[in-house]
Formats: sequence, structure tokens, C-alpha cells
Amino acid sequence: MSVTAAAMAEPDHTSLLKVTHLTMRFGGLVAIDDVSFVARQREITGIIGPNGAGKTTLFNCITGFYKPTVGRLELFRDGKVAYLLEQMEGYAIGQKARVARTFQNIRLFAGMSVLENLMVAQHNKLMLASGYTIFGVLGLPAYRKAERAAQEKAVHWLERVGLIDFADMSAGNLPYGAQRRLEIARAMCTDPTLLCLDEPAAGLNPRESAELNQLLLSIRDEYGIGVLLIEHDMSVVMGISDHIIVLDYGKKISDGTPAEVRNDPAVIRAYLGEEEEE
Amino acid sequence: MEYFTQQLINGLTLGSIYGLIAIGYTMVYGIIGMINFAHGDVYMIGAFQAMIAFLICGVLGLTWVPLQLALMLIVAVIFTSAYGWTVERIAYRPLRGSPRLAPLISAIGMSIVLSNYVQLAQGPRPKPIPPVIRGGFQIMESEAGFVVQLGYLQIVIMLLTVVLMAIFAYLIAKTPLGRAQRACEQDMKMASLLGVNVDRTISLTFVMGAGLAAVAGMMVTLYYGVNDFFMGFVAGIKAFTAAVLGGIGSLPGAMLGGILIGIIEAMWSAYFSTEYKDVAAFGILVLVLIFRPTGLLGRPEVEKV
Repeated sequence: MSVTAAAMAEPDHTSLLKVTHLTMRFGGLVAIDDVSFVARQREITGIIGPNGAGKTTLFNCITGFYKPTVGRLELFRDGKVAYLLEQMEGYAIGQKARVARTFQNIRLFAGMSVLENLMVAQHNKLMLASGYTIFGVLGLPAYRKAERAAQEKAVHWLERVGLIDFADMSAGNLPYGAQRRLEIARAMCTDPTLLCLDEPAAGLNPRESAELNQLLLSIRDEYGIGVLLIEHDMSVVMGISDHIIVLDYGKKISDGTPAEVRNDPAVIRAYLGEEEEE
Repeated sequence: MEYFTQQLINGLTLGSIYGLIAIGYTMVYGIIGMINFAHGDVYMIGAFQAMIAFLICGVLGLTWVPLQLALMLIVAVIFTSAYGWTVERIAYRPLRGSPRLAPLISAIGMSIVLSNYVQLAQGPRPKPIPPVIRGGFQIMESEAGFVVQLGYLQIVIMLLTVVLMAIFAYLIAKTPLGRAQRACEQDMKMASLLGVNVDRTISLTFVMGAGLAAVAGMMVTLYYGVNDFFMGFVAGIKAFTAAVLGGIGSLPGAMLGGILIGIIEAMWSAYFSTEYKDVAAFGILVLVLIFRPTGLLGRPEVEKV
């Protein structure tokens, strides 16, 4: 699969995120060097590459932590460009463009209960319903209804990820694997159109990671959202990705289906090193 | 015994006022991890707003006391909240993400600006107003003829404090705004990724703190009947002491600390010396910082390894 052909792939009605000529420099260090790709709805797009390839930096650009040095990040809705992520404030990317993400090192609100973590994720809806808190304090019916709906949704996700029995426990006291699942549930509570997962299987045992695969596949199929997945665990990436992008030293070196990427000589070189010429 | 009871009542009243100011310190510290040194002066602004509202009542010929009080409360809270919002906007937001020392210095600058601005606008002399609420219950009388009085005003102050505390406890624990504040407290970046507007949440925290400080300012205006441009300094530092004593970052802690400081101050004045009452309050600050830096109700930060 040639790199250029994939980069040229025109966006169509299933496109969700189109990244064009994205470059991120930190002083003299080029963390991402002219990367272009398209991620689609109802697809899991895996992003792999050796350590330091720029995978997390790519996520940081998409979710507004960094402002890219060069490049465009177009988010599509109904086949049209709806948002230019590189120009948006951090909170607006979550609130309006509805891009959600999880982190390599877990970032839950450790001091809040499991349920509250999911309620914070629905903050904007509730804030509107509560008339910026005024009606909330008065306890008006419209607000109570919204609060109940939010709670039902939180409970739904707790059941999905198997944490319903821990709803009132403080999130910091959950076991590691449960914290990972809670992060995904929290991201889903924001009603995302694009879900960015940064190494969700890190530190999970094989059984947990198989459950994670099932969860991600069902999220893709039921909610029709796009998933960007950074992962080192090849059984996860190769098993569930519809489409894989390989980065190395900030450059995209391959782009295609799992089978294509697996046999791409450029990828093999990046992971295993070059064979010495006789 | 009668003398002690009277001092306890006075201490509780004073403590309620300190507690309300202390909540402003503790909430701001909770969310941005920084002491808002301009908060004492925001309280002073609140006291002046209440006084101006009272004088306007006089000009308009409104003499019905509940109406006067309501008007003072509304005017003081609205205008002082606006000051609180402005302080955050000018002195803190541009410095977000800079080293901790920078906003600290700009907060001290803001405090000097506010007190000098009031000195210029209102003059340096203390401004008196006549008492609005007089009288009270006589709850006991000793054989020597010492009468223990519980003033109506003291009842108003304590009741209002309890009501406000209840509202705030509910606000923080149950409403989306309170949840957003607690989320920002723990991880601002993450909260913003989930769509919480962090800047607005911080602004609202300052506004809420300023609103409570305004109530405290109004009550002091009624209680002592004298305001001057420098009143925010000592009251602010004492409320800060209260917040530290209770455990900074903890809402019930701020209230508890405020009441304790109020009682300690009243008792010290009654049994030892009025001149040295500030020494008692600040002595407590020193002792707390040495022996229990997390305060009475504060949680020590435990790192999980």
C-alpha cells in the first residue's frame, strides 16, 4: 500500500476526521512531520509506531492540548466540515466538536465518586437544564428531569463496563483495570462523535484486554462513532482495527488495513530494524 | 458564668462573619490552589456597598427595616460579586499557567489598588451609620445584676450564616456547578476535555466568594456601624487564619475555623486584654502551621504508590 495513495484518499460521507499536513514542532524537535490521514465513522483507526513516534502528540493536537505548528484538523458532521479543531479552545473541542479522549496515565477525578465522574462528563447538558445553577438550587422539575436522565445514562454505562456495584466508591480506590474501563465510560458519557483512546489496554491482563476488545467493537457498532486507538498491544490493534496508521519519528510510514500494514516492508523496518546488505 | 455566656454569644456572632469571609478564601484556594489576597478588600468593598445602599434608603425615605436590609443585601451582593469577577479577570486569568508567585503578587497588588481606590473615593476617615436593628432578648441575669443579652441583630447574623452555609453545602455537593468546581479542583485539563468551561467555573467561584464576603461586610456594617477603607486587611488576614485553622480547601473547615477564631478572640478580649486580641488569633495561625498544617478538617495529600 503506497503512502501517497492513502494520503490522497478523498473524504466522503463516512469521513469523520481529516488530518492534512499536520506538523508539530517543539523548538528544533519535529514531533509530527507532515502527517495526513482520514479517520471514518463506524471505524476503529489504530495508530501504532515505536516509542517516541509522535502518537500521543497527535492526540494532543486533536484534543487541543497543543496548537499544531502547521496543518488542518477538519472534523466532519454529515459529510460536511463542521469544525476546524486546530482553531478551537480546549473545552470547546469537548463541548461542541464532541471529541473525547482517555489518557495513557489514567486521569480520573480520584476524589470524586465513580458516579460523579460520569456526571461531570454530562456537565454541559445539566448546566443548561439547571439554568446555570439557579433553577438547580430551586429544584425545578425540568432540572430534576435532566438530572435523572443524566443519572440513568451514567448507570447504563456503569452496567456496560461492569462497575455498577462500585458507583459510590471513590474513583481513586478502584483497581487499575476498572479505572481504565471507567475512563472509557466517562468519555462515552460526553456523547462523543470521535473517541480517542491512548493505550487503553496498557497494564491489563489478557482476559481484561479481550473484554476491552469486545467493548470497543460494540461501541463502534452500536453508536456508529469513530475511534482513534493508540495501542502497543498488537493483539488488540490487529484484532479490532479497521484501518491502521503507522508513525515513525513523526512521519507516517504506512496506512492501510491490518493485513496490508503487517506486510509493509517499511513497517517491518521500523519495528525490527533494517537487514544488513551482504 | 453569665459573663462567659455573653462572650460566647459575641464570639459566635463574630465567628459567623469570619467564617463567611473564610469560605471565599477556601473556595478559591480549592480551585486554583492559590490564596486570593485581595479577598479581604473585596469584603471591605461589600461593607461600603451595604453602607451606600443604606444611605440611599435614607435619601429615598424608606424606613421599613426589613426592606432596608433586603436592599442592602441585594446591592452589596450584586456589586461586590461584580468586583470579585473583575478581580479574577484582571489579576488572575491573564496569569493562569504562569509560576505561582506571579498571581500571588498581582493579588497583593489588587488588594492595594482596592483599598486605595476606596480611600480616594470615600475618604480616609471612618464612616459611621446609625444602628438599624436594636434591642434583643435578655436571656439571664446574674445576682450582681449582669445582664446577658442576645441581640436581634446577632440572631439575624447567625441565622443568615447558617442558611447560607446550607445553601452552599448543597450547591457544592449536588449541583452541576459544584461538581464542575470539584472536578476543576482535581484536574483542570481533564475537566476542560470533558467540556467544562474552566475559566467560567473559576470566575463563578470568585463571584460566589465575593458574594459571601459582601454578606459578611453588610453584617459588620450593621454590627459595628463603622467602616473604613483599611478594615479589609485585618479581617481578611483573620479569615485566612480561620480557613487555615479549619483546613484550607474544606468548606465546613472554613466555617468551623471562623467560629473558633471568633470565640477565641472574644474570650481573649474578655479575660486577658483587648489590645492583644489580634495576637491571640495570629498565634493560633502559627501553632496550626507548625503542628497541623492541614488544619482541623483538611485532608493531608496522600500519594498512592
